[in-house]
Amino acid sequence: MSDPLLTPKEQMVVMAARLLRPAERVLVGVGLPNLAANLAKRVHAPDLVLIYESGILDANPKSLPLSIGDPVLVRDALATIPMLELFSNYLQTGWIDVGFLGGAQVDCRGNLNSTVIGPYEHPVTRLAGSGGAADIASCARRLILMLPQDLRHFPPQVDFVTSPGHPPEGRRPDGQGPAWVVTDRGLYDFDDEGRMRLRQLHPDETLATVQNATGWPLEVHPDVGHWAPPTDAEYEALRRLVSTTPVDRQASA
Amino acid sequence: MSEAVARYIEDGQVLYLAGFTHLIPFAFGHEIIRQHKRGLTLCRATPDLLYEQMLAGHVAEKVIFSYAGNPGVGLLPVFRRAVETGAVAIEEWTHFEMVARLAAGAAGVPFWPVNTLDNDLSRRRARPRVASPFTGQLVPVVPPLAPDVTLLHAHAADEEGNIYVDGLLGEMREAALAARRVLVSVETCEPARELRAGRLTLLLPAFRVASVSVEPWGAHPSYVLGRYDRDTLFYRQWDAQARQELAVEAWLHEFVYGVADRAEYVRQLPAGRLRTLKEAALI
Repeated sequence: MSDPLLTPKEQMVVMAARLLRPAERVLVGVGLPNLAANLAKRVHAPDLVLIYESGILDANPKSLPLSIGDPVLVRDALATIPMLELFSNYLQTGWIDVGFLGGAQVDCRGNLNSTVIGPYEHPVTRLAGSGGAADIASCARRLILMLPQDLRHFPPQVDFVTSPGHPPEGRRPDGQGPAWVVTDRGLYDFDDEGRMRLRQLHPDETLATVQNATGWPLEVHPDVGHWAPPTDAEYEALRRLVSTTPVDRQASA
Repeated sequence: MSEAVARYIEDGQVLYLAGFTHLIPFAFGHEIIRQHKRGLTLCRATPDLLYEQMLAGHVAEKVIFSYAGNPGVGLLPVFRRAVETGAVAIEEWTHFEMVARLAAGAAGVPFWPVNTLDNDLSRRRARPRVASPFTGQLVPVVPPLAPDVTLLHAHAADEEGNIYVDGLLGEMREAALAARRVLVSVETCEPARELRAGRLTLLLPAFRVASVSVEPWGAHPSYVLGRYDRDTLFYRQWDAQARQELAVEAWLHEFVYGVADRAEYVRQLPAGRLRTLKEAALI
């Protein structure tokens, strides 16, 4: 059974946190990735180095920030550096181990769209755009993608390639690119051809329900199974994290 | 500030109001709206609520940007309406391309290499590649961005007009040095001797600054590290408010057109809110 105490989004956060290894340098985005990285730091990887594209090196936030430039990230950080320095001298030169990205659409090669639904010139819905996403997708050693899974988010083709995934002819030759996709239904890796492949299922899901939420014929790893439920340590740390945001502090003040 | 904007900002100019999450020059933006400037091209990596308000004030015909979201909250409703209806033209880059363009502008060189892989934005622009004369390696390049005027908010100025900051710089220094003219607002003016002994660092020497205005709370609802915190409640509430054009109009009438300057804007804000933001900054 799934844990009734954790929402599907919170379970995504637990799964994503498990993919981070001790001492890795992680470029963290807002929202779920931020939760996942901070959770990993509190559970199994205290020496994880959190880096934010606003120019924050080795953040140690006491509570969860709303944005990637929040004062709570700056206060206990090792340093703040100009964005140019971060993107040129750390990201572009290969010093970032893991990049986290989300988006409105992903396809079977890990191409991500966070720019527009519909045609670019006449958008149905205009989204935020790349920010650093295309740069991070290009230069991080490996990528973890996080987004909810349904036919809207997993279409046969994305409307716009904001952040490139694996090329049509196979995996990226430099060994980089999308490594994992974490959704509210399962965990995916990429096979030798650069195609997304189901590795673990959310406890409430079956192959059929997951396929029904996917806009292409899903590839399934031979050893696919259900993912292990959150441990007590993961559960406690996540609860503490989500209860201490700066917004709560201000709203109650 | 009113004099500086009247004197240096002309209709149709390319402006960069700098500051990434931190030190966003809201006081300058509001003054530009009040003076009914028109036809501006507004550049910022993150348009943020500042360009939401400036678009609602009809000062801009084009926005050059790389991320049009409200971090942790959602999108930018006014910007989104303006793009979806074609009311404003856009020119879009990635964050790295945006800061690289400023670096080229600041350095006075004709392009800057950026090794970001091809994507639909770069394909739309047919992004050019340049061969290294040393190795023959092909690198994608972006053109310089050199605004007519860059406007920014900082912690402090000394009596000579040197500008000092602390915390996140984002793209501020490159944006300032890429412009011919830089207008600055600061929280405080302090003696040079004290500033140089303290923890603030120099952002710009006085000779690169055309004008300095002292405007306490000049970055609200963004923040000034160590002085006041980010007003995250304001950022959250804007999302619902900005979905209705009339609500945005009403907000502008109360907090921009309806006040003479920043001091009056600050008096309109709840005193308890300001105290909370100040106290939070000192933790």
